[in-house]
Formats: sequence, structure tokens, C-alpha cells
Amino acid sequence: MPETTFLDANELVINMGPQHPATHGVLRVKLKLDGERVLGTECIIGYLHRGVEKIAENRTYAQFTPYVDRMDYVAAVTNGMGYVEAVEKLLGVEIPPRAQYTRMILAELQRIASHLLWLGTHALDIGAMTPVFYTFREREEVLKIFEEYCGARLTTHAFRIGGLQYDLYDGFERDVSKFCDYFLPKVDEYEQLLTKNRIWINRTRKIGVITAEEAIALSVTGPVLRGSGVKWDIRKAQPYEAYDKVEFDVPVGEHGDTYDRYVVRMAEMRQSVRIVRQCVERIAPGPIFGKVGKVLKPPAGEVYHSIEAPKGELGYYLVSDGTVNPYRVRVRPPSLINLQALDVMSRDHLVADIVAIIGTLDIVLGEVDR
Amino acid sequence: MTMLDSAFKFVMATPLLLALVKILIIFGVLSGIVAYLVYMERKVLAFMQARLGPMRVGPWGLLQPVADGLKLLLKEDIIPAGADEWLFLLAPAISVFAAFTVFAVIPFAGNFYVTDINIGLLFILAISSLGIYGIILGGWSSNSHYPLLGALRSSAQLVSYEVAGGMALVGVLLLANSLSMVDIVDRQSSAGVWYVFLQPVGFLIYVIAAVAETNRNPFDLPEAESELTAGFHTEYSGFRFALYFMAEYTNMVVVSCIAVTLFLGGWLRPFASVQALDFLKFAPILALLGAGIFILWLGLKSLVKLERYFFVFLAAGCVVLAALVAFPPVLNAIQGIFWFGAKVVVFLYAFIWYRATFPRYRYDQLMNIGWRVMIPLALANLIATAVLRYFWLAHHAAAAVALIGR
Repeated sequence: MPETTFLDANELVINMGPQHPATHGVLRVKLKLDGERVLGTECIIGYLHRGVEKIAENRTYAQFTPYVDRMDYVAAVTNGMGYVEAVEKLLGVEIPPRAQYTRMILAELQRIASHLLWLGTHALDIGAMTPVFYTFREREEVLKIFEEYCGARLTTHAFRIGGLQYDLYDGFERDVSKFCDYFLPKVDEYEQLLTKNRIWINRTRKIGVITAEEAIALSVTGPVLRGSGVKWDIRKAQPYEAYDKVEFDVPVGEHGDTYDRYVVRMAEMRQSVRIVRQCVERIAPGPIFGKVGKVLKPPAGEVYHSIEAPKGELGYYLVSDGTVNPYRVRVRPPSLINLQALDVMSRDHLVADIVAIIGTLDIVLGEVDR
Repeated sequence: MTMLDSAFKFVMATPLLLALVKILIIFGVLSGIVAYLVYMERKVLAFMQARLGPMRVGPWGLLQPVADGLKLLLKEDIIPAGADEWLFLLAPAISVFAAFTVFAVIPFAGNFYVTDINIGLLFILAISSLGIYGIILGGWSSNSHYPLLGALRSSAQLVSYEVAGGMALVGVLLLANSLSMVDIVDRQSSAGVWYVFLQPVGFLIYVIAAVAETNRNPFDLPEAESELTAGFHTEYSGFRFALYFMAEYTNMVVVSCIAVTLFLGGWLRPFASVQALDFLKFAPILALLGAGIFILWLGLKSLVKLERYFFVFLAAGCVVLAALVAFPPVLNAIQGIFWFGAKVVVFLYAFIWYRATFPRYRYDQLMNIGWRVMIPLALANLIATAVLRYFWLAHHAAAAVALIGR
């Protein structure tokens, strides 16, 4: 960062946030500006810190499940799934296939819902105000399925350690298939609005570029990493549930810019539909709960389990001391770690690009601060 | 009756009073139109975005503009501690003043305008440039970062797009040979063709520049909500904010009126010189009947009894108006204003449509387009028009000389 600017003009420091429409919550970014050019950024986080990890130490394993929903509150299903799987790994429990496929269907629907929210707000940040209403319309259909299944729309608490609390309701498969048929043409509709839109391309191409090496060095994951051309998807690399039994592609970008990340996420929504369809075909009647006791008392030890959440690698590191409460729960939130890339990505861009870059990182402050 | 009669005669005979009355009418009607333009924008956007828009205040939200205006009037008028008070208070007034003053020279119909000065076009350019001061001073006097950035952006944007837009207008000027707005429409009438067909490039450039000058999407950088919160008017509240708001929407009407007058034949009906299309003069009746049917359809869908009555009443009103308009003298009298209004509405609809469709340009991209594409194109258009016009004139002059010589 240069010490003095052109003609020794003073640089301008402005605070973007914590109350700002484009920071998606309570992120505060200190921007050092030379006119409109960004000389440096500094993220100040913690405005939404609730001490979720500490709370876990005073709760039983089962009691803590609803709390994880409140980290990434726009993708509660996947958050819950990561946690219950981590505990199951600690307990050494196998869960029946029906529960596995149900979890996968809901998790992929959640990925679609999360990506829809990202698409709408990202486009809104860049100034296209219409997509957000279309994406929320479709997201609503996903939330309706969640509501029908477990009674909640946002913080679902959909799964239990060892399986599912609720079996599928009558007509679940029909609803899900109907959604898939309805949804794919809608993705084309969004693409019509944006993909070949000259302004959209101008605003996203070569903006917020991060190379594959930089992305790996910053341990960025999820669509942000794949946008840079690294084919890394936990669902393929370390399959959990029954992801090794379904077919799907891992879309990757080339240049690591905002446009590529947009393309990757759009393709991921289509892949999610593909996974959901296969799961609906394979789901068969059967038990929904594995062999777990009434009181969960995992043996002393530790486990790390990660899943591919919509935003990247969501990891849970659990340490058990053999009691009913976890000794330590550490969450690896994809949003926090992807946010580290903001400074690298926003170097030498303009203020308007910062907004696009925050949007393309797809962060949720509940997860960043926990 | 006689007193009213003599008062009417007195007003008609006193040019100053007549102008005042016209100004009052135009100002009053325009304020209402601007308020309902906001309503129209919200409704059209809602229609394009799969939602309903304002529905709660009055039937179908028809009283929303009134409620908004009252709310803004009653709000506290905050002046930031570090602000330059006088300029802060003055700036929104400049914006509104500039926006409304332009209407003085716009001919709404062949016989309805406040004044027809022989430098009408120059007057418009001068006054609308003054409007920029409202934005710059407002942003600067707020003594705050975001407004300052917004004001800087807008001054750069308006100045560069005014050049392109102004040059596009010069093309029309060359064709019409006059700066008077009334003359320009008359020339289109006598030439039998709207200037949009002779100046398609100029028209396109003017439309784009107009969107940029009114700070509308995709050129709404000065108030880019997601970047600069609200741009130059971030620190404004209450009615001063409403003034800026009004200025923006009035400006939309202004540029639409200018485009319609210069390029789309002003108050002329489409293809005014084609006798076969004379039946088009019945369009106002059809429009009113259509509006009546639409309102009736809306009303029958409504679940509220009172609303149903209201809409049926409104539809009946439309039919009565249609019957009134069907009288030949009335029909002839409203021809000009009807076609002018219809064209302006189409233009305004397009403005709203852009907003629903496009993302926003970035500041440097906007400047690139302005200076590298728009201005050279406008210049080329201007030169081409001038050259063609010269040869056309020369040709006619030769013909005239031949005619006289014989």
C-alpha cells in the first residue's frame, strides 16, 4: 500500500458497515480510499458473536443441535447435518439408508435455497433489483417443503443424532419432484437476465480475481475455491452420507473472478437438482433411526468431520471427555475463512467492486461471528 | 356570470396574468403527475417482479403518494451538526426549481404552453445544467463522506453526459432550423416525418444521456444504494429529502417531454400527414373506455365491498368521460394533449422498465462509455447531419434559382 497518494492528497478512510445495505448483516469494513480506488481493506467482525462454541460445553450433545442452525441461518439444514454427522462419527453409529437419502434431499434443497439467496442479494448489490424477487419466489417453495417436513422454515432442526426425528410426510417425494421440474426452467430465467447481460459481465469479469494458489494458501473453500479452477468438493473428496452413490459433476471456473463464481454457483444449483432427483428415486421404506442410546455418552476422544455446505467446507471438531457434554466444540465456518480473501480480492478495485466482492464471497455474519 | 365572464376576458387579455394562470395549472397538474409517477413506478416494478406493490393505502394503494407526502411533511427536518447550513437548506430547492422551470417552454399542445421563446432549447439546456448545483451543493454541504462521494460522482456523470445529450439535440436543431420548441414540432408537422426517423442515432444517444442525466438505473451511481447508502441525499430527511425525490421524478418527466417534443413529433398524432389514418383521432375515446373496462375488471376481483363500489364508480366515470370526449369539439380540443401525454407515458414506462432490467454500471465504466462511445458517436452524428443538410439545402437552392430564373 503506497504511503502517499497522488499529489500528496490525503487518503479517505470510510467505514462500510456495520449498518450498510451491502455488507449482508453486521460486517464492518474499513476502506482506505484514494478517490474511488481502494488502497486497502480491513474487516472488523464480532458484532454478531454469541459464543456458540462455548454454549456447547454446557449443553448435552443433543441439546446443542438447534444452536448450530443459528450460525449459518440461511443454510440451517446443512449446518445441522454437519453437526449430527460429527457426533455420529464420535459415537460410531451407522444410520439407515432412508435417513441418509432424506438428509441428502433436504441438504441439496438447502443448497439451492442458499444459492438463491446469494444470487438475489448479489444481483441486488450490483444494481439489478429484479432477480431478488424471482429467487425469493423459488426459495419460498423450498421453505414450504421444509415447513411441511419439520414445521420450521429457517432454523429447521431437521435431523437428530442417529437419524431423523420425523419420517417423510405423505407426498414428500411428489412435492420434491414437482419442485425440481418447476425449478430448472427458473434457473434459465435468471441466466437470461444476467449471464449474457453486458453490464453484468462488465461488473463481474476480472473483478475480485483470486488465483488457485492464493485461494489454497488462504484455505478458501466452496464455490469461491472452485471458481478459481480447483476441483475440490468434500462430497466427492471425502464422501459422507450416500454421496458416493449418486452421480453429479463438480463445476469449476477458470479465471477465479466474480463472474466465474457466479457461473459455478448457477451450475451447482442444477447439479443439486440432479442429486435430489436420484435420491428421490432411490429412497425406499425402512427404519429412520440408527442404534443410539437414550443418553448420548460418547467415549473419550476427538473427531473432525466436515461437509460441503453451500458456502464451503463446514467442519466440526468435537472433543469428548466421556461425559454427556462435549469438552470442546470448534466450528470451521466457511464464511469466516472465505472472508479472509476479501483483502486480496479487493486490491486496486473501486468502491463499487467491494460490494460485488462481498456479495460473491457469500458470507453470513451469523456464521462468521458465531 | 357576467363577472366571471369579464374576469375571464381580463385574464385572456393580460399576457402576464394568463401566463401566471398557465403556470399554476401546469405546476399543480405536474406535482400530481410526479406524485403518481412514483406510484406508477412502484406498481410497474411490482408487476415485473411478481409482487403487488402498494395495496394498503386506499383501494389498490391509490392514496399511497398522499400518505408518503404527508409523512415526509411531518418528519423532523434534521441539519447535521457540521453542515454548511445555508447551502444545505438551499440545495434541494435549486434542484426542484431547475426541474420545474424547464416546463415553461415545453409545448404540451399546439396552443398550450407557458411561453414560446426563440431560444427554447438553449433555455432548457441552461436550466437543466443548473440542477446539478443542487446535487453538488447538497452533497458537499452535508459534510459527510458518502454524500460527498455521491456528489462527486454525479457532477462528473452529469457533465459528461450533458455533452453527448446536447450534441444529439443539435442534430435536431440543424434539421428544424429553429430553437423554439413550438417551431420544432411545426417543422416536423410540415415535413411530414418525426425527427426520430431522420435522427435515429441522435435519438438513441439522447435517450441514453437522458437516463444518465436523471440518475436512473443503470446510471444511478450518485445514489447507488448498495454502495453509498443513499448518495448525495444521505443526510437529508423530511421534506427536504422529498424535494430531491420530487426533483428526480420531475426530471424524468422533463427529459421525456423534451424527447417527445424533439424526436417524436410533440403533440402530433402518429403519421399526422396520412389521411387514411384519420380514424386515430378516436383513440382518446377508446383509451378511456379501455381504462374503464380495466378498472371494472380490477374492481370485480376485489374482495372488499367498498372497494368494489369505488372501482365501479370510477369505471362509470371513465365511460362518462369517454362520452364527453366523443363530442367533436372536445375531441379536437384534446387531440394534442392526449398524444403528447400518451408518448410521455410510454417514455416513462421505458424508464421504469430499465430499472427493473439492468444492473448498475461502475463509475469508470460509465465514464468510458460517456467519453469514448457516446461523445464521438454524437459528434459523428452531428457532422453527418450537417453535411447531409448542407447538400440538401444546396440542392433545393439550386432548384429555387432555376425556378426564379425561368
